[in-house]
Amino acid sequence: MSSDIYKDIILDYYRNPRNFGDLANADVRAKDSNPLCGDIIEMQLKINDGKIDDVRFKGRGCAISQASASMLTEVIKGKSLDDVKAMGKSNVLELMGIDPGPTRIKCALLGLKVVKLAVYGYLGQAITEEVKQLV
Amino acid sequence: MIETLDKYYREYNANIHRGIHKLAEEATIAHEEAREKIAKFINANRTEEIVFVRNATEAINLVAYAWGRANIKQGDKIVLTIMEHHSNIVPWQQLANEKGAKLEFIKIDEEGHLRQDEIHELIDERTKIVCITHASNVLGTINSIKEITRAAHRFGALVLVDAAQSVPHMRVDARDLDCDFMAFSGHKMMGPTGIGVLYGKSKHFENMPPFLCGGEMIKEVHTTGASWKDLPYKFEAGTPNIAGAIGLGVAVDYLRNVSMETVHDHEKQITGYALTRMTEIDGLVVYGPKEVTKRVGVISFNLGDIHAHDLASIMDEEGIAIRSGHHCAQPLMEFLNVPAMSRASFYIYNTNEEVDVFINALEKARKLFNP
Repeated sequence: MSSDIYKDIILDYYRNPRNFGDLANADVRAKDSNPLCGDIIEMQLKINDGKIDDVRFKGRGCAISQASASMLTEVIKGKSLDDVKAMGKSNVLELMGIDPGPTRIKCALLGLKVVKLAVYGYLGQAITEEVKQLV
Repeated sequence: MIETLDKYYREYNANIHRGIHKLAEEATIAHEEAREKIAKFINANRTEEIVFVRNATEAINLVAYAWGRANIKQGDKIVLTIMEHHSNIVPWQQLANEKGAKLEFIKIDEEGHLRQDEIHELIDERTKIVCITHASNVLGTINSIKEITRAAHRFGALVLVDAAQSVPHMRVDARDLDCDFMAFSGHKMMGPTGIGVLYGKSKHFENMPPFLCGGEMIKEVHTTGASWKDLPYKFEAGTPNIAGAIGLGVAVDYLRNVSMETVHDHEKQITGYALTRMTEIDGLVVYGPKEVTKRVGVISFNLGDIHAHDLASIMDEEGIAIRSGHHCAQPLMEFLNVPAMSRASFYIYNTNEEVDVFINALEKARKLFNP
């Protein structure tokens, strides 16, 4: 059974999402949706000393959006807020190991957008154009 | 149809209704012949009851702006159905907000038919217009328009029919339905994009102010005011989509040649075949009427908890184009409490062999997600 974008690892993260659920005492929460698919992602971050101490996500939607959000939570744990702000599309695609193509790229980038919304929200900074244009 | 567009642009590309030269004359004749063909195709009373627009959405907006702004007052009711496409909801929402009018939605039963009790309960003496789809783009349900026009006309309310999903697929007789307005799009009936039709009874068109104003739609313009051309030109401001209208006329010729009965029979056969084969797939849920005689050739479905966009991507890999998402009918999705659906649609050119490919792709998707 071969499928270009539905690799086993994507389906595995979709079926068994890591870091799924609520984070008690989260310092910041953010939520956004992808109007095309109706995918919804919420991120909850615990931040300590400029670094992401812990993270949980919740959401529903297509496999691409949910798997990419889950994979992202594993990668950002322990990262500095500046490092997270510097992450972009290429980091997510590398993480997933697929090219979802122009119509599904927004699904893949929703998780990153929500993480960035949370970080900017925590820092009290205005959302940049770069973040707005992710999805 | 494509050759017709090519011929227009190569051989008689000229503006209509005003040039005093041969090319303009040829273009005008072809454009107006297309209007006549379409009038006959839907059995309008008169050719002037056919107004060319960009698509069904623009047709509905024309009525909501031109008729709606002149006729809807505070406290009036506009009755819609829960299965409407956004294009037959949002223009009325805007109008209702502006005027302080009220929108009410006729709901559906488990099989996707309009609830009889609500039709007769909601359409009342405060109702000014009932806006209803002839065939649902999601459920496929064919609505009984004659029943609606009888109920509405008893109270003097008008009826606008969104026929975007019916005119391409079955014989539609505007006079028999007795609707006041009807909207449909060319691109769904083998015509070009960017051309659509608003049908309206001439008695309404005559009393309506224009929608868009400017060139082509005026009789005289002075610094103190202007007067409008006769029907249907009053509603066709600016240089129209001439090639599109002529192309739509040729698409209508084609459909008349095949005959709408043949088109409808073919769709019933293939839809029935697809519905039967889809029952083979574990966890597949089909929405809308079970009987093929009560639906057009669209089948909306969900497969287990696989998201519609994942299904569409897997289908795409197999060379099958399906629609996925909310189908521009979010109120219906909310009513049915599903975030998204996938939809297979059939037309005269589809075959049972293609349905088999579709079924195999569904089975592949099911195995991929639920190994």
